[in-house]
Parts: sequence; C-alpha cells; structure tokens
Amino acid sequence: MNFLTPQIVQTALEVGLIYGLVALSLFISFSILDICDLSTDGCYTLGCAVGAVVTIAGHPVLALFASVAAGICSGYVTALLQTKFGVQSILAGIIVNTGLYTINLAVMGFSSNLPIFGTDTVFTLVKGISKAAWWQEWSSLVFLALLLMLIVLFIKWFLGTRLGLSIRATGDSPAMVRASSINPQFTVTVGLCFANAMTGLAGSLIGQYNKTSDINLGTGMVTIALASLIIGETISRKSGNMLWRISCVILGSCLYRFIISIALRLKVPTEAFKLVSAVIVAIACAAPAAKDQIALQRKKAAAMREHRKMSEEEAK
Amino acid sequence: MLRLLHLSKVFNRGTVNEKVALDDLSLELKDGDFATIVGSNGAGKSTMFNAIAGSFFVDRGMIELDGQDITFIPEHVRSRFIGRLFQDPLMGTAPHMTIEENLAVAYLRASTRRHDVFSRVTKKEKGLFREQLALLHMGLEDRMKNPVGLLSGGQRQALTLLMATVVTPKLLLLDEHTAALDPATAEKVLDLTKKIVKERNITCLMVTHNMSQALELGNRTLMMSGGRVVFSAEGEEREGMTVDDLLEKFTQGSGSALDNDRILLSTEQGI
Ligand SMILES: Nc1ncnc2c1ncn2[C@@H]1O[C@H](COP(=O)(O)OP(=O)(O)OP(=O)(O)O)[C@@H](O)[C@H]1O
Ligand SMILES: [Mg+2]
Repeated sequence: MNFLTPQIVQTALEVGLIYGLVALSLFISFSILDICDLSTDGCYTLGCAVGAVVTIAGHPVLALFASVAAGICSGYVTALLQTKFGVQSILAGIIVNTGLYTINLAVMGFSSNLPIFGTDTVFTLVKGISKAAWWQEWSSLVFLALLLMLIVLFIKWFLGTRLGLSIRATGDSPAMVRASSINPQFTVTVGLCFANAMTGLAGSLIGQYNKTSDINLGTGMVTIALASLIIGETISRKSGNMLWRISCVILGSCLYRFIISIALRLKVPTEAFKLVSAVIVAIACAAPAAKDQIALQRKKAAAMREHRKMSEEEAK
Repeated sequence: MLRLLHLSKVFNRGTVNEKVALDDLSLELKDGDFATIVGSNGAGKSTMFNAIAGSFFVDRGMIELDGQDITFIPEHVRSRFIGRLFQDPLMGTAPHMTIEENLAVAYLRASTRRHDVFSRVTKKEKGLFREQLALLHMGLEDRMKNPVGLLSGGQRQALTLLMATVVTPKLLLLDEHTAALDPATAEKVLDLTKKIVKERNITCLMVTHNMSQALELGNRTLMMSGGRVVFSAEGEEREGMTVDDLLEKFTQGSGSALDNDRILLSTEQGI
C-alpha cells in the first residue's frame, strides 16, 4: 500500500469533509432552491479571512461563529439583490462575489496573505484533549466527522419543518408557492443565508486547518463544490430519502478529494488539475445517461435475437 | 363578498406590445355565489384571476374581499384566503415532494402563529390529510409518501383542489381546471369541485370554455370580452337560457365572429 498511504487517505477525508460543507451549501441553493449562487468563491474566502483574524486574536472557536455570521451577511446581500431588487440570481452572485474581493482584502488588513501562527486553532484544541497516540493522529478527522454529522442531521431536521418544506416548495414549484401562503422572498432569503453560513464555516475551518488565509483561496471553489454535489447526487440518484441524499453530497466531496489525491500521486502536473476536475464533473454528469444507454443497448441486442428467432419460427 | 371596482391593467405600456388586458372592469359577487365565466381567448379571464390573486397590482381600481380592501396586499398574504387552481395540472403541486409534504405546505395557511415555522407536521394533521385524501376515492391516502410527480394529471389536479381547500378559502378561483384532463377524469374532478364548494359554501369563480357547463354549474354566468364583463345572467334569466342564446350573446358581446373552435367543439360535445 505504498500508492495510497493512510496519510493521503486521511488528508483526503479531512479536506473532503470541509469541502463537503460547501457542497452542502450548494445543495441548499442549487438543488433545493434551484438558484445558481455564484458568490460561493468570495464567501468561502470571507469565512476564511474573518476566521483567521478572530483566531489570531486568540478565539478559534468564536472564529467559527464569526465566519458563520459573515457568511449569513453575504448570503443576505445576495438574496436582497434577487428578491427586493429583481437582479437575476446569477448576476446577483457575481456582483456580491466581486465586491467581496475588496472586503476580504480589507478584513485581512489589505494583505493578500494572513498566516495563523503562535495561537491555538480548533484542531490543536481538539488534539489536546487526549495524549493517546491514535487520538493525536486522528483527532482532526474525528472532530470534522462529528461536526459534519451534526450538520447533516440538522439539515435533515430543518428540511422537515414547515419552513424547510416551504423552502423546498419554493425551488420545486414556483406556481404552487404563489398559490400557497408562502412568501418566496422570505424563503429564498432564509435559504441563501443558511447556505452561505455553511460556506463561511467551511472557509473558517480550512483557514485553521491550513493555518493560513489567502485572498485567492476561494478561486474555483464553486466548480469543486458543484462537482462534489453532482457526484453525490449521482450516487443517491436524488433518492426520496433526504438523509441518504444529504449524506451522499458529503460522500461525493470525499470521493472528489480522493480522485484528486490519486491524480496527485500519479504526478499529474498541477497545471492539468482544472482539466482533471472538468473531466470528473463531466463523467459524473454523464454517468446516469451512459448507464441508461448501455442498458438500452443490451435490451435491444436481446430483443433482436428474440425477433430473429420469432421470424425463423414463423418461416417454418 | 368580492367587489371589483373599475379595474384596469395595461401590459407593456408605451411599447408596441401595449395591451389593455383589463379595461375598467367591475364585478360584484355575493357570499356563496358560484359564477362561471366564458369568453374568447385573450378576453382577460386569467388576467382578472391574476389581479384578484395578487400576481400583480392593478393600474387602477379597487379589489375588496369580505369587506377588506386587498388591492395592495401581497400575493402570499392573499393566498391565505384565496384558493386557486390552474389549467395546467402540473402547476399546482411540487413534483419532487411527497403528497403529504404538499398537503403540509398547503396547510401552512391554517397556522397563524409565527413560531410555527419550526414545527413539524403532527400525527393529527397526517390523519386529517389521510381522511381528506380518502374522499377523492383515488387511493391516494395509501400513497402519502410518494412524490407527487408520479401521479397522473387528474390525480394531481384533484390533489391541487384538496390543497386549495384543505383550509376553507373565502374565494376559490378555478381557471379551466379540468380542460387538460380526459372527459372521465374531468367529470370526476368537477363533481368533487361541486361537492366541496357546496358543502362549505365557498364563493367561487370558474372559467370554462364549455357553454353548457357555464349554464349548468353555479348560480351565475358571466361573459368577458376585451378585458371587461360584457354580460351577466342569474336567476330566472339564466334558467331560461339555452346554449344557443349564450352563443348569440357571445357574438353580440364580443363583436367578433365565433372563430374559437374550442367553444364550438365543447358545445357540440354537449358536456
Ligand atoms: N404578463 C403579460 N404580459 C403581457 N401581456 C399579457 C400578460 N398576461 C396576459 N397578457 C395579455 O392579456 C390578454 C388577456 O390574456 P388572458 O390570459 O387574461 O386571456 P384569457 O381570457 O385567460 O384567455 P384564454 O382563454 O386563452 O386563457 C392577452 O392578450 C394576453 O396576451
Ligand atoms: Mg386563460
């Protein structure tokens, strides 16, 4: 097992779980609300920047909440542009994303890089709980897995409440929502705030995980998250069981990280990474249709044999 | 009950596509009235419904429901007391949500307290949904966990009807809600509509292209043309009317020839 050392698997899982939060964010905005929220990149960096500043000030746990709050604010602005001012959703995301670049720079004191050193992070705090050797090694993974599990359960619970159902209906049938007593502006706002809260949290975690915040951290994040989401939705085939469907999104994110790790091990040059990502997304998107195609071809071949036999018998 | 006073709505004002959709339209319905509406394509029937439901605000005029001026009340607030069915059976329900979840969303109207948003559908409510679904005689009560997208058009329209009336609305707007269904299903949904409207004494407006239906159902017949109500019959006058009389009024009122084959077709078919 030289090819995939436990180390690599562990890192892939840890990062996969953190990225899974962003995938969950897109699950809410893209799959549930049917809105293309392109502010993800900026919001992710915002979460990282805010989290880094608060962590450096010595409050790593508070940093998580601060990033969530920052994410909510960002989501609120995106939602406001869409609902109250009628800006198209894609455009609203791009506008917010652009504006966030400057805000993120400002948060980081107008430097493009902010290292976190000489202070605790949530990961070192968790690590310090026990001196056991296995804990020293796996604490981060356990912590992230527990956190994600909590969040998955929360989402599952939330989507079952009346508000959650209204949000789902908003994305599923605009006409029905108009005929019900749901205010789509409200549900869209709540949904986007919730989604971006998770993006912000992911940013905060990755900052503390890497012990640095970078202005370009979020670039391409939306593609990665979308890829993870699509892989996840392909696995679950959008099954009716919400809990399974949500878990698959995280599974998709971890799988995506795995594939990237393997690509890294295969010494794929970093320049080619975007292409690898694109190919993964394309395969994930095409998989269901390809599967159907293959099944149809098989059925056709079998039917043809049958037909030939039938006509031969008929000729006799 | 419902009062529409001098409603006007112009789409795309000031452009080449300017269209007067509602032209100084006035109409009054009494409590418990069931009025059918006929009119050629583009007469403004759906637009009037949109105005009543609040899909847009009218340019001029007043809408009053149950003594309350609702002209500028937003759509989602109005939908608390206005139920609505569309011609397209796919429009009134959320396909990827289960029957139970759809009903739960419709049942939101019943809750008045704000903190209810974080509550879940209770056992008692599920029982209520089951009971109501059983009244449809479509076996839907045993498929509560199925996504609505798996149902047929007729089943979906029946479900939509249930959703619109699960909390009794003050006013029910039916926009050709059986037009896209096959005759047998259409009749079933129509019977159900009659039953619910009668049992709960709901004030109701129904658009139809079927002339005999327009005379048989309810207690009033309205005719629309060019964005106004051009003819209204009730009581004895209506009772004595035949489909031919109505068709004649139609030609007079709209001033246009009967080039609407949907109407011709539906009169030929009888029902
Ligand atoms: N949103 C809109 N923008 C522009 N024009 C519109 C809009 N909605 C309706 N109209 C126009 O208003 C007129 C009335 O349309 P409406 O849909 O009310 O007709 P209708 O009586 O319901 O006809 P049908 O029997 O075909 O359903 C039509 O000429 C239509 O083109
Ligand atoms: Mg219409």
